[in-house]
Amino acid sequence: MASDQNGAGARETLLEIRDLKTHFALEEGTVRAVDGVDLDVRRRQVVGVVGESGCGKSMTAMSIMRLIPPPGQIVEGEIRFHRPFDDRTDAADIVDLAQFESNDRQLRDIRGNQISMVFQEPMTALSPVRTVGKQITEAILLHQDVNKAEARDIAIETLARVKMPNPEQRFDDYPFQLSGGMRQRAVIAMALACRPQLLIADEPTTALDVTTEAQILDLMRELQAESDMSILYITHNLGVVAEMAEDVVVMYLGKVVERTDVDSIFYNPKHPYTRGLLNSIPRLEDVLQDKREKLNAIEGMVPSPYQRLQGCSFHPRCPDFMPGVCDEAEPQLIQLEEGHAVRCHLYT
Amino acid sequence: MTVYIIQRVMRMIPLLFLLSLIAFLIIQLPPGDYLTEHINALRASGRDVDEAEVERLMKQYALDRPMHVQYLTWIQNILLKGSFGQSFQWGRPVNEVIGDKMALTFLLAILTTIFVWTISVPIGIYVSVRQYTFTDYLFTMIGFIGLAVPGFLLAMVVMYFSFAWFGLKVGGLFSPAFELEPWSIAKFQNMLTRIWVPVLILGIGGTAHIIRIMRATMLDELRKQYVTVARSKGLSEFAVLMNYPVRIAINPLISSLGFLLPWIISGGTVVEIVLNLPTAAVVLYRALLSQDMFLAGSFILLVGTLALVGSLLADIALAAVDPRIRFGSVEEM
Repeated sequence: MASDQNGAGARETLLEIRDLKTHFALEEGTVRAVDGVDLDVRRRQVVGVVGESGCGKSMTAMSIMRLIPPPGQIVEGEIRFHRPFDDRTDAADIVDLAQFESNDRQLRDIRGNQISMVFQEPMTALSPVRTVGKQITEAILLHQDVNKAEARDIAIETLARVKMPNPEQRFDDYPFQLSGGMRQRAVIAMALACRPQLLIADEPTTALDVTTEAQILDLMRELQAESDMSILYITHNLGVVAEMAEDVVVMYLGKVVERTDVDSIFYNPKHPYTRGLLNSIPRLEDVLQDKREKLNAIEGMVPSPYQRLQGCSFHPRCPDFMPGVCDEAEPQLIQLEEGHAVRCHLYT
Repeated sequence: MTVYIIQRVMRMIPLLFLLSLIAFLIIQLPPGDYLTEHINALRASGRDVDEAEVERLMKQYALDRPMHVQYLTWIQNILLKGSFGQSFQWGRPVNEVIGDKMALTFLLAILTTIFVWTISVPIGIYVSVRQYTFTDYLFTMIGFIGLAVPGFLLAMVVMYFSFAWFGLKVGGLFSPAFELEPWSIAKFQNMLTRIWVPVLILGIGGTAHIIRIMRATMLDELRKQYVTVARSKGLSEFAVLMNYPVRIAINPLISSLGFLLPWIISGGTVVEIVLNLPTAAVVLYRALLSQDMFLAGSFILLVGTLALVGSLLADIALAAVDPRIRFGSVEEM
């Protein structure tokens, strides 16, 4: 991929997703939750994935973890994960996660160890009847060759890393004894306990209040900077993307519509959908100068998931709709310049 | 935890009082009592009645006094002397009549529960992760058949076939040789060879019930995010199930353990009569028929008390496995 030269010099690839398709065969029809996604994450890189609800961003994440709820299935594509350097084989080992059974031993060795995930709802992400410490040490005991006392030490140390106040005491607390922000710290600690190469964060701050959100975002940036971890950050919040990500992937209806670095997304957006998203952010100066009374929104609604649109899936809502073109052929992802790709007929 | 237990025990005291009152009212409700019935029967047959003996019994249990005095006398004897009174029908103290019947009923209840749980909890878990598959429907069907067939019918069918095919008489808990023997190891062993029949028959209805409860609560829990989170740690599917959803889905079952004994006594009576078992339910049934008021009253009181104690133990067990209950009670204080 040309994007290898992007960002802070050439870095090794960690994850390559090629033409991933995750479909749900329901009685009402097939839902193409993920419909041909290409995505790259390099080492020590933070990639933001943005889009509206139902655009398939969470399902892309779940596909990587191979935790798609039934009847969802990966029907096509590859998820190539470059495992870290292995002493035994003397080479970085590339595995295609899409090939495994979802309960496969080899997959479970990677899950929670080299790739881990932070979920949206800290309130329900932890079992209410087990202590925070138990739920963290579980992953450590599973993936590392340590005894219980050592696992406890690692867990407390990880809790301290995520800036949990009084980690020793919190270790023996139950989740319902913690506040929302503390719970999300515990969930992050759980994901980081085995020092993963890739952290998938699926809207980790959506359920938190703004102050706590800012703290958690700071924390994640710090953690990423101090380790050589990559983060795939999934959010619908462009403000968060601006703060967190280097590269941004914009998704619409299961497809990547634009992919570039964070500056180009904000200053040089190409796809009409990306422009629409940016336009819908209220600007403080406009509000102060009474320029605008209503919020800008993208016209129309996300179409029914069972519907399969001819041509570009965004054409019914697109301000730049070209009749006879956009509703006829499906646009391909076009490389506009180094590291900037867009899926739109405006550029063909 | 200690605070919780003390609180919980304190709450039992007014309940026990109410229970004793209700037990007493129930045995007083039908007109007449065993003693007057008995005297009338003797007089009608033209036999002599020992007036002194009647007088003595009347006095001892205050049968000639108003109802509240009768109640006080009854409860006083129980609390102070540990005496539940005389069973008129058996001509022996109630304590003697009840003793080993209660023990056997207990044993039956415990064995039945173990049987029901070992079968239905794993099946409930299994069908919950295979919802709407053939296995799920199969066990649902078998379960409902088990639930729908009356226990006494099943008992008769089992008795018939075991006799017709194997020449076995499965009724009773003991072989005729041991029936009237005092307790010994041989008698106990003899009982173990026979007790599985009532355990099986009494258990089958409960099995379907527990499978359904387990399946429903598991389906609720499996949807929750912490299950996905547990999977994301790399745990095997079995470890995920056992440590996460099952830990919570089992709670409603634990809290239902307290009602085990009343269930065996009220639900199993017909089965136990058919199988000719010397259990509490059968004795209670006969005592009620013959208006043997002290025996019946004591039984109702004992069973009620055991239900209360059972639910106390179930609550303590629940608090032990579910921290939300433990800490909830502390916060209330």
